[in-house]
Amino acid sequence: MSPIVSWLWLVPALPLAAAAVLCFLPDRLRRFALPLAGGAMGLGFLLSCAALSEAARSPSAAGVHNFLWLEFGGSPLMLGWILDPLSAAMLAMVTFVGFWIFVFSAGYMAHDPHYVRFFCFLSLFASAMLGVVMANSLLLLFMCWEVMGLASYLLIGFWFHKPSAAAAAKKAFITTRIGDIGFLLGMVWLYGESGTLLFYDQGAGCLETSAIARMAGHAAGAGMMASTGISLLLFAGAVGKSGQIPLHVWLPDAMEGPTPVSALIHAATMVAAGVFLMARVYPIASALPPPPPVAQVASVASAPNAATPDAPAPAASHPSSLPSSSHEASVSAPTSVRSTPLPALCLRVMAWVGALTALFAALTAVAQTDIKRILAYSTVSQLGFMFLGLATGGVAVGMFHLLTHAFFKALLFLGAGSVIHGCHDEQDIRAMGGLRRWMPTTFVAYAIGMMALAGVPLFFSGFWSKDEILHAAALWSPSKWPFIIGVAAAFLTAFYMTRQMVYVYAGEYRGAGRGADGGGSMDPHESPSLMTIPLGALAACAILLSVLGTPVWPWFHAFLSGHAPRFEPSISLGVLVVMFLSVVLTAGGIGLGLSIYARAPSASLADEDPLEAWRPGLWQILRNRFYIDELYESSFIAWHAALGRFSAWLDDKVLGAAVESVRLAALGLAWAARLCDEFAVNLGFDEACDCLRQAAGRISRFHDGQAQRYLRFLALALSALAFWILWK
Amino acid sequence: MTSLQGFLVLSALLFCVGLGAVLTRRNVILALIGVELMLNAANLNFIAFARLGPHPNAMEGWMFVVFSIAVAAAEAAVGLALVIAIYRRLRTAHLDQMDSLKG
Repeated sequence: MSPIVSWLWLVPALPLAAAAVLCFLPDRLRRFALPLAGGAMGLGFLLSCAALSEAARSPSAAGVHNFLWLEFGGSPLMLGWILDPLSAAMLAMVTFVGFWIFVFSAGYMAHDPHYVRFFCFLSLFASAMLGVVMANSLLLLFMCWEVMGLASYLLIGFWFHKPSAAAAAKKAFITTRIGDIGFLLGMVWLYGESGTLLFYDQGAGCLETSAIARMAGHAAGAGMMASTGISLLLFAGAVGKSGQIPLHVWLPDAMEGPTPVSALIHAATMVAAGVFLMARVYPIASALPPPPPVAQVASVASAPNAATPDAPAPAASHPSSLPSSSHEASVSAPTSVRSTPLPALCLRVMAWVGALTALFAALTAVAQTDIKRILAYSTVSQLGFMFLGLATGGVAVGMFHLLTHAFFKALLFLGAGSVIHGCHDEQDIRAMGGLRRWMPTTFVAYAIGMMALAGVPLFFSGFWSKDEILHAAALWSPSKWPFIIGVAAAFLTAFYMTRQMVYVYAGEYRGAGRGADGGGSMDPHESPSLMTIPLGALAACAILLSVLGTPVWPWFHAFLSGHAPRFEPSISLGVLVVMFLSVVLTAGGIGLGLSIYARAPSASLADEDPLEAWRPGLWQILRNRFYIDELYESSFIAWHAALGRFSAWLDDKVLGAAVESVRLAALGLAWAARLCDEFAVNLGFDEACDCLRQAAGRISRFHDGQAQRYLRFLALALSALAFWILWK
Repeated sequence: MTSLQGFLVLSALLFCVGLGAVLTRRNVILALIGVELMLNAANLNFIAFARLGPHPNAMEGWMFVVFSIAVAAAEAAVGLALVIAIYRRLRTAHLDQMDSLKG
């Protein structure tokens, strides 16, 4: 184990320390906020680069560092971190993108009174994300995952004085919590099945072959294996975090946060954590039940026997412990038993959810007018692509799209932030237009991001990663529909990005006179260099990253799979067909967008969209996001409100009545006690006292202080005594 | 009537005069004088019994009287001092106005 592994904890610890210091930094020292937070991220990036080179040197040997956290009775609770190609690539991406977004934020948030707080939250978030990425324990991953959720909540609601932002923060938090319940249950189940939450622990971890074989062989009821149930529950958590159907509703609303937050959290990194989680637990998700012995075909009861060491499952017999290689084993080996084995159930669910989300979100994005909302739906759609790639093509396919998407989506969001900043906080694309002349740097960077997202061939990273996903989906055996849906979504992606580009950058500026006060120049302006330099850096990456994943030299694929990359000059026919198809799609989408929007650019704000004029009904549905929010509003939320009202009624009328009756009983008892006290005890006592007092008064009349009267009594008594003595 | 009987009658009269003074006079000083008269009636009884009793040479009766006179003197001193103190406080020397011991 190289020294870099034992020092890897510094990568998340540095931003955490920065967040802690920023907590206490007074506002007058705000100029130190960026050096502190950005410096921590920069150092983290350097460390991650070292880790990446280490992982690239020996990609098949994962470096693991476990430590004891707690001990419950006799069972130790271990946490740990891991350096494998997956975590190394993610660490480098998160620190790099994060660093540039921090720099951009310094420009974007320069005038915000809560500048220091913003950097504090950003650092906290970055620390949690890095913790998720390098965690070697599902528990540690979950803890960082939740901290990330908290940071997301804090940052979406950063401008909490806006009711919409506060509501969006709440919505995001609650919606993701719904998925997290699944995550938590899956984690508990996983612990029950494997007895450990460590991923890799020298053969004893829960992602290693023996545990996987045990879980895949253990029937959990309803025709499912334990591994299927666990991975489906974990997938629920990923669905919540990554904004997939049906928990996608929070992500577009999360755009209420400051734009750098949208770029960092709700486009590049945090929402990708769900995809990363599924990539991390891919061995569980893809585990197939061991093939039953020939004599007992279709006998479920024989499955546990088949998992014994005498008849090891094909997936379990593979010596490697790396996720992607065990995946390959599980996909390739069963073919010898059955001719067309179905992939694991979880993967099939993932593929369908991903494909449907990709199409649904792309359709919705077509009809939005808020620049950030379009990008948000585009993010949802691309996350769907990632899940599709993960499910059909394996870890490398999904993760490559995750990485390329992180760069170009961060670029697009920062570009949108620059546009919003330049247009005086205007977010409606109908009120922009012609910005190409006003903001040339932003335009170039944005165009690069847009072409990467749309999948313009050859030079842009998005083309290669999306192409890989489509290719994998095309080869998927259970169904061709995810592929067809993905193709449609890819076409729509090119179309809505073209629409946005035309609206924002072409034609004449339509926002004049929309400013509130009109004092000073309301013309758009180019952003300061603090904001354009990050755009340039990310744009360069959006282009350069494409060399890592071409079919000719699939370095990234090989890196994640743990073998040396090979140069393959000859591309198979299937790849070429899909590539040609995606070029046609992109060209078609962009061409259609241009022909609809660029031929007659709308001249004023009130112009209706050409699509609206063409099909008003369809447009309304798309514009209102398929009424999903309204559906939830009228179903789940209404049910919960009804349940709440019922509970309130129950509380008020039933429980309240019970409490009230107890109160009344106590009150009555107290009255009775009081009456008894007042009329029985007190009266008797008073009477006795009065008697005593009157008696005393009568007696005291004799004692009137007249000494001579006393003496008279004395003399009387004396004479009586004398008579008595004399006459006795 | 023997001389002892005469003495006893005299002392009884003296006692009655003193008692009458104590019971009827409102002035404190006169009441005190009455008290002295009663004391001296008792002293007279002591002397009469000592002189005319069966043991005329015994000294106990005499000793009693001497003690009684000493005690009477002290009592008169204390009584008069009380009278002065009370007079200073209440501006009166009448017994019926001194009723602060009333219960």
